[in-house]
Amino acid sequence: MLKDVTIGQYYPTGSVIHKLDPRTKILFTTAFVVMLFFLNNLWGYLATFVILATITLLSKIPVGYIIRGIKGLVLIIMLTVVLNLFMTPGTVVATLGPLTVTLEGLKVATYMALRLIFLVVGTSIMTLTTSPIDLTDGMEWCMRFIPFVRRYAHELAMMMSIALRFIPTLMEETERIMKAQKARGANFETGNIISRAKNLIPILIPLFISAFRRADELATAMEARCYRGGENRTRMKQLAFEFRDGTSLVLMVVMIVGLYLTTMIQIPLLFPV
Amino acid sequence: MTMESNNRMIDVRDVHFAYPHNNENESVVALDGVSLHIKKGEFVGIIGHNGSGKSTLSKLLNAIIFPTQGDVIVSGLNTKNHENLWTIRQTAGMVFQNPDNQLVATIVEEDVAFGPENLGVPPQEIRERVDRALAVVEMQAYAHQKPHQLSGGQKQRIAIAGILAMEPECIIFDEPTAMLDPSGRREVMETIKRLNRDKDMTVIHITHFMEEIIAADRIIVLDKGKVVMEGEPRTIFRQVKRLKEIGLDVPQMTELAYELRSEGLKIADDVLSIEEMVDALCQ
Ligand SMILES: Nc1ncnc2c1ncn2[C@@H]1O[C@H](COP(=O)(O)OP(=O)(O)OP(=O)(O)O)[C@@H](O)[C@H]1O
Ligand SMILES: [Mg+2]
Repeated sequence: MLKDVTIGQYYPTGSVIHKLDPRTKILFTTAFVVMLFFLNNLWGYLATFVILATITLLSKIPVGYIIRGIKGLVLIIMLTVVLNLFMTPGTVVATLGPLTVTLEGLKVATYMALRLIFLVVGTSIMTLTTSPIDLTDGMEWCMRFIPFVRRYAHELAMMMSIALRFIPTLMEETERIMKAQKARGANFETGNIISRAKNLIPILIPLFISAFRRADELATAMEARCYRGGENRTRMKQLAFEFRDGTSLVLMVVMIVGLYLTTMIQIPLLFPV
Repeated sequence: MTMESNNRMIDVRDVHFAYPHNNENESVVALDGVSLHIKKGEFVGIIGHNGSGKSTLSKLLNAIIFPTQGDVIVSGLNTKNHENLWTIRQTAGMVFQNPDNQLVATIVEEDVAFGPENLGVPPQEIRERVDRALAVVEMQAYAHQKPHQLSGGQKQRIAIAGILAMEPECIIFDEPTAMLDPSGRREVMETIKRLNRDKDMTVIHITHFMEEIIAADRIIVLDKGKVVMEGEPRTIFRQVKRLKEIGLDVPQMTELAYELRSEGLKIADDVLSIEEMVDALCQ
C-alpha cells in the first residue's frame, strides 16, 4: 500500500525531454503553470492540450502512466467542479431542486477542472522525466535567483535530496513495524476513522524514535566526511546547457506569446467571450 | 621531527573524555586516561565490552568529539586546533556500524562523490576518484544503483568507497560488520584486509567478532574507559580467563583449545584458527 506513493517518481526512457537540462525543464514548467492562470477561453486550453500532448509524445512516457497521476486528484477536481458549478451567480440554465446551474458556473467549473488537470499533468511530466538528483540540482540553481530563498538554496536542496534518500528506507521500516505490531494482534484495517488513527500510534512512535536516531547518526557520518555546508563545495556532475536547451527556451517564449495571444481571441468556443 | 614521530599515524596521550549528561542527567566518564600509538600501515583491532568506550575513542580520532583532557594527534596534527579539523577528518576516515545511516545520496556514485565534493576537489578529479574507489571495493557495476536496493555488505562497501574517495591515510571502522549477515561480513572483512595489505592503509578495526582480528598486527583491549591489555593477537587471546572476566570472548578455536587443556589435553594455548587447531591436534 505504501509503495503506491508516487512523489518524485522518475520514469526513464532516454527521450529528448529526459536529456534536457533540469533547469530548462523547471523554467519551462514554471512558465507553463503561470500561463495556465492567464487563460480565459477554451482556445487557450485547446492550445495547452496540444502543447502537453506533443511533450508527452516526445517524452515516450505511456499516456496511461500519466493519467494514473490524475486519479489521485479526482476527489479534489470533483469538489472544485461541484462548488463552482452551483455557487457561481449568473444566468440560470438549469435547476435541480434547491440547486441552480448558471452559465457562468458551467464556464468557471470547466476552466477550473482543465486548469487543475493540466497543472498536474504538466508538473508530473517534469518529475517523470527528471531524476531526483537532477531535479534538486536544478532547483538549487534556480533558487539562487529568488531573493530571501537564495541564502538557503544549498541547505534546502540538501534537505530535499536527503528526504528522497530516506523515503524508501523509512517506508521499509514502517512496513516492518506494521508487521511486527500485526503479529501482536494490532488491527489497521477495520474500525472507524478514530480507532484506526489510534491504532497508528504504535507505529508512529517507534518510527519517530528511529528516524531521530537515524538523523543523528547521519549527521555524524556527514561531519566525518567533511560536510560543512555549501561553501567551497564542488560537484562531480556539473549542469550544462546544450543546444537542445536553447531550442527549448526559444519554444518556451513562443509558448508564452502564443498562449497570451489566445486570450485576445474574440470568437466564442462553447462559451461566450 | 624524529624518525619515530614520522611513522606515527595516531598518538593518543592520556586522554579523558566525559559526556556532559546522560538520560539521568549525570555526566558519564567514557574514557579515563587512555594512551596509545598507531603506526602507519598497521592493522589494529580494538575490543571491549559494551560501553567500554570504543566508539567514543573512534570519534576522538576523527575529531568528531574532543578530549576533555589530554591530546589526540593524527598525522602530527592536534585535534585541539580548530584549523586542523578538516585535514584530520580527511586523513582519518570513519566507517560506522549502520550502513543505512551513513549513505547520503540517492545514487551510489553520487554518494561516493560526497566526501571529495565537500573537500572542494575539482569535478574531473572527483570523477576519477569515484571510479577508482568503486573499483577498489569491487562495486563499479553498481555505480548507478540506488543504495536502498543493495545488500548490507554492499552498502558497507559503498560507505568504504566514500571514505577512500577522500584519499585518507587511515580508516577507523566502528563495528562495520555488526549488522551484517555472515556473507556480508565476509565481503566487508575481505575488503578491509585488502586495503591494509595492498594499499598500505592504516586500519583501526573495532569489533565484537574475535575471528576478524586474529590476523591483526596488534589488539588493544578497553575496559571501563581504560586500556587494559595490548599486544599481538596470540598474546592477547592466550589470556582466556582474563578476557572472560571483562566480558569478552576469544576466537572459537582458542576457546576450544582452552577447554581441551582444562580437560587435561596437552595442547598449545595460543591456537587461533582452524588450521592451527588441526596442526596442534595432529602433533
Ligand atoms: N551521546 C552520549 N551521551 C551520554 N553518554 C554516552 C553517549 N554515548 C555514549 N555514552 C556513554 O559512554 C560510555 C562509552 O560509550 P561508547 O559508545 O564509547 O561504548 P562502546 O564501547 O562503543 O560500546 P558498544 O560496544 O555498545 O558500541 C557508555 O557508558 C555510554 O553509555
Ligand atoms: Mg560502539
